[in-house]
Amino acid sequence: MAAPWAFLRLGIREWNGGTRSIHGMSESVAPGGNQKRRTLLQYLGDHFYDIQALREFLLLRQMLKLNRKNRSFIGINEKYGPYVTGALFILKLGGAVKFQDKEWIRPNERGRFSADFLAFREVPVEAVDASGCAINYLGLDNLLALKELQSLSLQRCPNVDDWCLSRLYPLAGSLQELLLAGCPRVSERGLACLHHLQNLRRLDISDLPAVSHPGLTHILVEEMLPHCEVLGADWAQGLKLGPEQQPQDTSSPVSA
Amino acid sequence: MVAVSEASYSLEGVGSAGRSAHSGECPVARADDHAGAGRPLVLKGAGLRSTMFRRVLQLGLGPGLLTRGLSTRRGVSTLDWDAKVSEFKKKIECILPGKPWETQLYDTSHLPPEQSDVVIIGGGIFGLSVAFWLKKLEKKQDAIRVLVVDQDHTYSQASSAGLSVGGIWQQFSMPENVRLSLFSVEFLRNINEYLAVVDAPPVDLRFNPSGCLLLASEKDAAALENNVKIQRQEGAKVCLMSPEQLQNKFPWVNTEGVALASYGMENEGWFDAWSLLQGLRRKVRSMGVLFCQGEVTRFITSSSCVEGPNGEEMVLKRIHKLHVKMDKSLEYQPVECAIVINAAGAWSGHIAKLAGIGKGPPGTLQGTKLPVEPRKRYVYLWHCPQGPGLETPLVADTSGVYFRREGLGSNYLGGCSPTEEEEPDPANLEVDHDFFQNKVWPHLAQRVPAFQTLKVQSAWAGYYDYNTFDQNGVVGPHPLVVNMYFATGFSGHGLQHALGVGRAVAEVVLEGEFKTINMSPFLFTRFYLEDKLQEYNIL
Repeated sequence: MAAPWAFLRLGIREWNGGTRSIHGMSESVAPGGNQKRRTLLQYLGDHFYDIQALREFLLLRQMLKLNRKNRSFIGINEKYGPYVTGALFILKLGGAVKFQDKEWIRPNERGRFSADFLAFREVPVEAVDASGCAINYLGLDNLLALKELQSLSLQRCPNVDDWCLSRLYPLAGSLQELLLAGCPRVSERGLACLHHLQNLRRLDISDLPAVSHPGLTHILVEEMLPHCEVLGADWAQGLKLGPEQQPQDTSSPVSA
Repeated sequence: MVAVSEASYSLEGVGSAGRSAHSGECPVARADDHAGAGRPLVLKGAGLRSTMFRRVLQLGLGPGLLTRGLSTRRGVSTLDWDAKVSEFKKKIECILPGKPWETQLYDTSHLPPEQSDVVIIGGGIFGLSVAFWLKKLEKKQDAIRVLVVDQDHTYSQASSAGLSVGGIWQQFSMPENVRLSLFSVEFLRNINEYLAVVDAPPVDLRFNPSGCLLLASEKDAAALENNVKIQRQEGAKVCLMSPEQLQNKFPWVNTEGVALASYGMENEGWFDAWSLLQGLRRKVRSMGVLFCQGEVTRFITSSSCVEGPNGEEMVLKRIHKLHVKMDKSLEYQPVECAIVINAAGAWSGHIAKLAGIGKGPPGTLQGTKLPVEPRKRYVYLWHCPQGPGLETPLVADTSGVYFRREGLGSNYLGGCSPTEEEEPDPANLEVDHDFFQNKVWPHLAQRVPAFQTLKVQSAWAGYYDYNTFDQNGVVGPHPLVVNMYFATGFSGHGLQHALGVGRAVAEVVLEGEFKTINMSPFLFTRFYLEDKLQEYNIL
């Protein structure tokens, strides 16, 4: 049965253009959209019930895979302590970790990293860089035990959403820097629950596509966190130009 | 065509009809030797061909084997054969040229099916939740046929849909309520795993995880502390705040008169109930549940007398059919059903009365009515430019007034539950603006000084399925009407409990008992036993 399966896989990749997201099967075609992007499985699924069931199964399997990646490492926690557990979790997902007074530990291009940090049982983790990692709500379990975390970078994480932000309040005592640039699922509703993080000094909320009014949100977040430097949308973005700032077009006979 | 129909009669018919047809060569003779009147005598030229066909089959498969085997397989022996035959004959006659066929064959796609295993009365959040869990927990795919009947497909008066404030919180005094809320939150968080439909966009709930703040005066402070302890035990993340801490955290609050506050840090907030409803509807449709728009007008029941545990006579009823009447017409369809689920929200009391619940001497189990009735509640939307900021939770004041932020534009949504004497008339959904002026605004302005200058933008009214006994839900079977199950009566917090309650009802229907959350305190029998489940804070 391997041969037909591999054939279908090939078919999917080619027809999809090589990119797959968690909702790759469900969001690809807009109603009345271009025919080119339809996959073989989609076409067959419209005509056969068992292919439809297969597609549902594949969708579910993608979700289960993500949850498996984000499971809590309870065994490691008991043996090595919370700091090592958090570090191992982040390194496995492809992020980078910095222990207090030590260098940044990053996995190389192959995804391998050295196991020296297993000796750092009592050394707290100072900074975590999880940019682009597939961390989600469940995975944050491993990070919330890092009580001395000062900098957390969740830039461009595809699965970080408002629920994850509402879970960050246990880090309020130590967190000083939070970077959320480019997260596709974070909206102004999640940003509203960052008010617990009173020690935050630097917050990056630029380029959040799900936020409906970036300029207004920026102002409201600044009001909410008075001691924090908020980097984000330029507040003048989206405002209409006043009459004196209109470009003077003297060449045309009829001017504004 | 007529010849084919003749042959098929003999194959599918009751044994005697088939056998009597075998004997006669002459079609006319057959009319005499069979008792059934209305035997079709249209066998003219085709008669010889069909009798030969039957002969061949008879030789091939043995006498009576064919007819008996087929009839037992189809269970046709219990049909009213003659009536069916005449009906079919009328239909065939109409198809023949020269007869008006539009009057006989008409479109019945708007009618519900004639039989359904489970009929759910009410297509709001409770009905859809029960349908979803029934289909999810059934042992084999398509094992049971579920029909959801609702009187209004646009949900214009549904309490849980567009009219709801949409809040969800875990701050209850009963542990089962806390567990139900926690389960609902977990469902909402993973909504795209539960309600995934291939090729459909993911459900966007617009959940605001801003938390819920409950304020308590001196006399309620002890009860609040107790409740928070229970909530913490169940796993809710709630913290207690003194007035000073409250002032520090939310500087816009006036803490005069507040002795204690409980604040939910996580898993609390509000969301868009309409998108949840639409997402559920889409998923439930894809799982094979049938929908019908109509009103349930009658139940056909049968009763039997049984001896109770103390030796007294009890009358147990069973619902066999219900009549679904179409909108704006007298047409109705009787639907045969095995199980009926009453999830009709504000109208559940009316449905229960139709089923005969409460018809008996008061004080007995037979005379205990379902105490759910519609109560009108107002929700007001106002604009206040200097109001509380982005971090505002859903605030519930000591006086019963509640409000929350709506969107980014300094708009706020809120209301208040009136006292018993001030209950508005539930006959229509007209809004009373004086209620806001006199009862809601003074308390708002006292608690949040910025609200002294506000402007009401709009308001609407909706029904609570108000349980007049103890304002907590009714879940589970009725002791006397054995196949009616309730999932209603949650008086304003139905939306947040619906997902857990749907699962509980599906477990009772499919397996006979509550498996995950034990909802036995919510059974109907507590109305007879006068056992109140008091809930501390009703918003």
